Amino acid sequence: MSSQTTVDKLAAGVGNYADDTAGASKIVNGFARKIFPDHWSFMLGEITLYSFVILLLTGTFLTFFYEPSAAETTYTGIYAPLAGQHVSEAYASSLRLSFDVRGGLLMRQIHHWSALVFVAATIVHMARVFFTGAFRKPRELNWVIGGVLALLAVFEGFTGYSLPDDLLSGTGIRIADAIILAVPVVGSYISFFLFGGEFPGEDFIPRFFTIHILLLPAVMLALIVVHLFFVVIHKHTQYPGPGRTEDNVVGFPLFPVYAAKAGGFFFIVFGVIALISALVSINPIWAYGAYDPSPVTAGSQPDWYMGWLDGAVRLMPGWTEISAFGYTLSLNIFIPTTVIILFVMAALVAYPYLEQIATGDKREHHLLDRPRNAPTRTGLGVMAITFYVLLWISGGNDIIAHIMQLSINDITRFLRVALFVLPAVAFVVTKRICLGLQRKDREKALHGRETGRIVRLPHGEFIEVHAPLSDLERWTLVQHEVNRPMEIEDRVDAGNPDTLYGKFQRRLSKFYFEDRVEPVTPAEVEAAHSHGELDAGEQMASVEEKENAAIGTSQTLHG
Amino acid sequence: MSEIERAGDAHGQGPGTTLARGQGALPDRFENPGLPEHRHRMGDTDPKAARRAERQVAVLLVLSMIGSVLIVVSIIGIKYDDSFERISLSTKAIGLSMFLSLFALGVGAVHWAKTLMPDDERIDYRHRQRGTAAEREQAVAILKEGAAESGLGRRPLIRNTLIGAGVLFPLPAVFFFRDTGPLPGNDLSTTMWKTGTYLTKDPEGGRIRASDLGLGSVVHVMPEGIEDAEELLNEKAKAAVLLIRIEPELLSAPEGREDWSVDGIVAYSKICTHMGCPVALYEQQTHHLLCPCHQSTFDVTQDCKVIFGPAKRALPQLPIQVDAEGYLQAQSGFHEAVGPSFWERG
Repeated sequence: MSSQTTVDKLAAGVGNYADDTAGASKIVNGFARKIFPDHWSFMLGEITLYSFVILLLTGTFLTFFYEPSAAETTYTGIYAPLAGQHVSEAYASSLRLSFDVRGGLLMRQIHHWSALVFVAATIVHMARVFFTGAFRKPRELNWVIGGVLALLAVFEGFTGYSLPDDLLSGTGIRIADAIILAVPVVGSYISFFLFGGEFPGEDFIPRFFTIHILLLPAVMLALIVVHLFFVVIHKHTQYPGPGRTEDNVVGFPLFPVYAAKAGGFFFIVFGVIALISALVSINPIWAYGAYDPSPVTAGSQPDWYMGWLDGAVRLMPGWTEISAFGYTLSLNIFIPTTVIILFVMAALVAYPYLEQIATGDKREHHLLDRPRNAPTRTGLGVMAITFYVLLWISGGNDIIAHIMQLSINDITRFLRVALFVLPAVAFVVTKRICLGLQRKDREKALHGRETGRIVRLPHGEFIEVHAPLSDLERWTLVQHEVNRPMEIEDRVDAGNPDTLYGKFQRRLSKFYFEDRVEPVTPAEVEAAHSHGELDAGEQMASVEEKENAAIGTSQTLHG
Repeated sequence: MSEIERAGDAHGQGPGTTLARGQGALPDRFENPGLPEHRHRMGDTDPKAARRAERQVAVLLVLSMIGSVLIVVSIIGIKYDDSFERISLSTKAIGLSMFLSLFALGVGAVHWAKTLMPDDERIDYRHRQRGTAAEREQAVAILKEGAAESGLGRRPLIRNTLIGAGVLFPLPAVFFFRDTGPLPGNDLSTTMWKTGTYLTKDPEGGRIRASDLGLGSVVHVMPEGIEDAEELLNEKAKAAVLLIRIEPELLSAPEGREDWSVDGIVAYSKICTHMGCPVALYEQQTHHLLCPCHQSTFDVTQDCKVIFGPAKRALPQLPIQVDAEGYLQAQSGFHEAVGPSFWERG
């Protein structure tokens, strides 16, 4: 017991001091018992955060050994094929920290793998937020901050893998310079100011280094803090279910449950990345050799998150470069790089507000959507993913042609068409699947679960017995609200329905919500049940009739 | 705990959880049935199960300790020097020990939380972000009062000059970047190639005799003296040339360029006109040059014009001739800018 009291005394002392100096009691009261809902998909953002922390830790280690200089030196390290070659300090020190520093190669590999995981987790996290509608009011701003973070993550990754100054990274820089040169009017000026003169010059390595280890991480860290601050003040969203409402958050307290779970998860993520880095080599810069602008390796590929842009560049036909009046406008480069990035960012930032226009809904939403219950949004999301994946595939068209023994020209021509056709197909198909799943939910809410038990009725008919759902089970299927297309009357309340904006809003709303499946109402269940008691055959007929009424618009339009 | 309840307390207090059957009109929507009843875990009721979980957590944490010790052992114990087997072994040993140390610690903590910490769900209540009417009114009043005290509304002179100063002060920041680089001038349009510059092999060096080139051969070429260039990589990035010999009758030189080749030997810039990668892949059968970066394809028999891919312009040709001893040299520099396009290129 005496040890207990010592610990208690110590805790009291520390607590007392923390409260006196930092007002710790208020912080504990406000935060320690904050409730977080539980769901595997909420861990995606955690993976993003943790891999960022791992990047800060391993990156700091790397800076102790890396030499951000393009100055020429003679390689004297242990890698025999490069012995005596003239290489940059940056390249030599990258090799030195890999081969001469204990744990250095592991640190470099952990750093690179975490970077890949960081961007991947960012994008999957964004997809989760998008498909569940977590970007809706009041979280629009946080969605925008997340989008900016994703863009910065890509730039951070690019400046990072440019630093070793190997042949592959130099080729990447060469392409980045061409992207800059293609910017109309000011391109060559930006290029000369960034590179300190002509490409490649000697300035870009120390400059990229400062951008990579100071500028971008500082901005990102600040944005991450704001991002998390918003999570705290909004409280976390939760999936719909019994007992979950727009006015509560159901889950487990930060202290001790989430401290242990989330803290433990950090170590799990770190451990798994260490495992991958121990066993799987990444970016073996010694095999590529030092950067030299005249050689290149076939099958040069950027890190995966740049692949879609590289793919876009590959698909763009050359005739889109225009020369007139003594000036050259390289649309064949400008469109698939700068323009497409700006377009994606604009679409990302605008989306929550666009959907708000379509719904006319200014309320806060803390319950997530099941993706099927927002068919148009889900369709648009899958459309965007399809577009992205096709560009990504195109970024590897040479590898695909090589492995599958196909003509690279055929693959490229196919992708040029597919890039416009397949996303549209994906939109329609996804939307149909969502509507189908909603109908299945209706079916289940009305008649219950299929039991697989077949019963023969006295008059010879076979029916499958359905087990009724409990209130808890049914709630998840019927809890959502359905948006309907805005009518002119709705617009009258909001202002003049005949303004351009009013017309746009009505049209957009129609696009989003014309096809819809309404959730089952108590009256429908009641009707289904009472009919069921009379006659099974009649029950079927009457339900079909009702369903047709409820999903009428989509049937008449697309049936 | 003021706002946080255990879910069990809230259960059953919600609005009616079942359909009120046969009591007049039905509601339009179902009502939220409230949280399901909490189901206890084994460890909550069975002390044996709880102790088992406790032991499991302890085993995981001990594994983590072993991992941490193994990291130190691997770093100190494995010599890390001249052999790649050693480096590979060391990397694997340190990495796998790290995995053990971190992963076991993480799994231990999560297992502890999942098996032994309370797993009944709690409820916290949300508040709208928007303030109440009173709060909003107070905020507006404060802002109005502050604005009035500042007198900005009454003193347009200060207001306008403040706006002017505010807009102007960040602008000079841009000009601090002036010396990050020189102006482009015509650097992008010039290379080391001049009249009489000898073609040398890249990377081994040495002039090239026209008669030494067999039919179908390809040589990577740099201008003589490039090794002494002040900005070696910058010059290399523009001056790289491919020398190709094909049957003279296959060449189709455009007007005015008939004498730019020597007996079927042609020299073209190796820098892709698309994004500047070296156009390094030559297909002997078809006489096509392929850029490995974005697959732009150039046909040597058609003056290296683009026959596929995202590039627009043909590879610039370097006019060549032979000197008295039969060595290849440039007739002149390139007649246009090499490499990727830029606005002023024309």
